[in-house]
Amino acid sequence: MSVLQALDIGLAFLVFAVAAWTIFAPGAFAATVGYVVYGLLLSLVWIRLFAVDVALTEAAIGSGVTGVLLIGAAARLRAAETAGREKSLSGLSRLLVAVLCVLVALALAGVVLLLPDQGPSLAPQSMQHLPETGLGNPVTAVLIAYRAFDTMLEKVVLVLAVVGVWSLAADRYWGGAPGEARAQRPEPTLAFLAQILAPLGILVGIHVFWVGADAPGGAFQGGAILAAMWIIVMMARLTEAPQTKAFWLRLALVAGPVVFLAAGVAGAIFAGGFFAYPPGFAKPAILFIEAFMVLSIAVTLPMLVAGPPRREPRR
Amino acid sequence: MTEFLLATAGVILFTVAVGLVRILGGPGDADRLMAAQLIGTGGIASLLLIAVATGAHGVEDVALGLALLAAFASAAFVNSAAPAEAPDVADGR
Amino acid sequence: MSLVVDLFSIVAIGAGVFFFVAGTVGLLRFPDALSRLHALTKADNLGLGLVVLGLLPRSESLLAALKLVAIWALVQLAGATAAQLVGRAVRRKGTAA
Repeated sequence: MSVLQALDIGLAFLVFAVAAWTIFAPGAFAATVGYVVYGLLLSLVWIRLFAVDVALTEAAIGSGVTGVLLIGAAARLRAAETAGREKSLSGLSRLLVAVLCVLVALALAGVVLLLPDQGPSLAPQSMQHLPETGLGNPVTAVLIAYRAFDTMLEKVVLVLAVVGVWSLAADRYWGGAPGEARAQRPEPTLAFLAQILAPLGILVGIHVFWVGADAPGGAFQGGAILAAMWIIVMMARLTEAPQTKAFWLRLALVAGPVVFLAAGVAGAIFAGGFFAYPPGFAKPAILFIEAFMVLSIAVTLPMLVAGPPRREPRR
Repeated sequence: MTEFLLATAGVILFTVAVGLVRILGGPGDADRLMAAQLIGTGGIASLLLIAVATGAHGVEDVALGLALLAAFASAAFVNSAAPAEAPDVADGR
Repeated sequence: MSLVVDLFSIVAIGAGVFFFVAGTVGLLRFPDALSRLHALTKADNLGLGLVVLGLLPRSESLLAALKLVAIWALVQLAGATAAQLVGRAVRRKGTAA
């Protein structure tokens, strides 16, 4: 057995063990910690599979932003539990859920292991047509050129999620701001961390978006890093979440999908097909769309984490 | 050389695994706050070693992202588990 | 020349691994959470620094090498601050329990 194989087996075992611990973890907070650790370890697995873009996405969204979302949810659940409204699943339900999950996992594993060596794949064709898109990163080409419609719909789903979260607010809070107010004296250590990380993170986020055209990266990853930086500044209470009725906020939220859709329609008018790009002009168009996607993602994810409005709207 | 890099990555992952057993298993949530720190340093080290050994490109950006997000996760854990209500009493002397 | 560079990498990365192991030993053996945090952040950070140092000669371009140094600086700075945060939280949880 070579060193590489031993490493792979060890890594797989570690990921599996962390996942198992997360399932049986004592309490929601411990389970969230386990989940974040699991996500960060999974990035290593993606690197081993040479899927570097996916590794970046896993680290940024899979464990970073989703982890914070889960922590917030766990905190709210704790509040509900102490209010005496605790309800847990019966033993039979848990068993059914476990059986269902195991069946799905076995089915997926079976499918992956039974794939023929040269599995059905469109990779050769997509690499062949890559120069026409002007991009160097096939993942970005798939996301924004070959299946652009899908990606646009995903952005629409994000907007719907924000609407769903905001609709959880009490009537009198509609239009107000979520989260806590800006602190008079924010805790110094957390404030310091936010002040170092935020500028660096913004730089890294924009860089990751920009190089996504030719190297691993892209709009989603860059936007998620920018979102994480805004979230940490809000966590440190150096700034407060904007009012949900603010026009600039709502504009930023929909800018991504709207520009994307407009580009698709423009393609129908100027390039002969819905979501077609004019030859030779593809890369600037793609970067233009991606810039607005980054804006939308960087605004949407923090709004999801901040939650429904909890203060009355001002003015 | 690649064998050496992979072997060291394996050793570092092993230390991360052992550390996780101690941290995640430790009674109470106080120890679990450190999990993001452990993964942040050990994970990035293994990541860089594996990437150089297997020839994956563009992994420095993933490591940068991981560094940012590990610190971010630490802050989120701390904020949730032990929020700062008021200025620390011990610092008021 | 390449042999000297390889030797440098091996020595630096080997030292880095040593510090990772030392940090984990500290994590296992120290009696309370704060000293475990100390072992974790100091030793592991130093281990990462040495590993980065060992990998610098093998990077693909000058930009990649600069990014590696930036990663190290970021982890040092952010890690130290996060350790302070976690330390405060551990102390708060301890007295609150």
